Amino acid sequence: MELKTKINAEEGQQYLTITREFDLPLELLFKAHVEPEIVEQWMGTKVLKLEGKKHGGWQFETTDAKGNVVFRANGVIHEFVLNQKITRTFEMENSPFAVQLEFLEFEQLTDSTSKINMHIVYKSIAHRNQMLQLPFAQGLNMAHNRLQNVVSKLK
Amino acid sequence: MNLRRDVFQAIADPTRRAILLLVASQAMTAGAIAANFNTARPTVSKHLQILTECELLKQEQNGREIYYHSNAKKMKEIADFIEPFRQMWDDRFNKLETIMKNYQPKK
Repeated sequence: MELKTKINAEEGQQYLTITREFDLPLELLFKAHVEPEIVEQWMGTKVLKLEGKKHGGWQFETTDAKGNVVFRANGVIHEFVLNQKITRTFEMENSPFAVQLEFLEFEQLTDSTSKINMHIVYKSIAHRNQMLQLPFAQGLNMAHNRLQNVVSKLK
Repeated sequence: MNLRRDVFQAIADPTRRAILLLVASQAMTAGAIAANFNTARPTVSKHLQILTECELLKQEQNGREIYYHSNAKKMKEIADFIEPFRQMWDDRFNKLETIMKNYQPKK
């Protein structure tokens, strides 16, 4: 089994990196991060706002079957360079987790393959470890009741 | 990234997972570990080297023998922290890849 997505979370550091190579041209990989209807599909959340530009903002929201909001996050886009990089903040609303800073770098490998490198900086080492300990559902199709549990524990 | 030092690459291999299980309860020499497998001794040594490089195993010198034991701290780190988080991103990215492979640009 080959692990496509790699995470490097060094001990004693307040950041981590996520890297992944895609069997996709660079342009499509980048597009998947800026087109709201595409982001909605792979992130499994509703996109309320996504402004792909410097000083732009974004907001995602996930609701359960009854329409209750179980997850909402937002942030600001600091850097936006087409097919190269996005620098943004990420903040989970109604949670004790501090805002985090995300550096997304997009790289062309060949005409048909590309790579993303996400460097995420947390407020402290403790914040990073707490975030990793969140009982994340195994995948995008997060069972809503599980997410509900996570969010209600945070309140 | 040096693949050999990648913990997840290390635990992706069934033989290496079996080695980790073996030494979970007791420290063992390379010979004792190899005796449990139908694999050539150098192959087992290679596995031990990889597991040691990514700190899942620790070596301890006891007289002339080197004993291998599992590094509980590192194991716990994988189990508790990173793997669910990694899988979440892996699933997201797998989905992204599938969606974009079928992507038709709007006219």
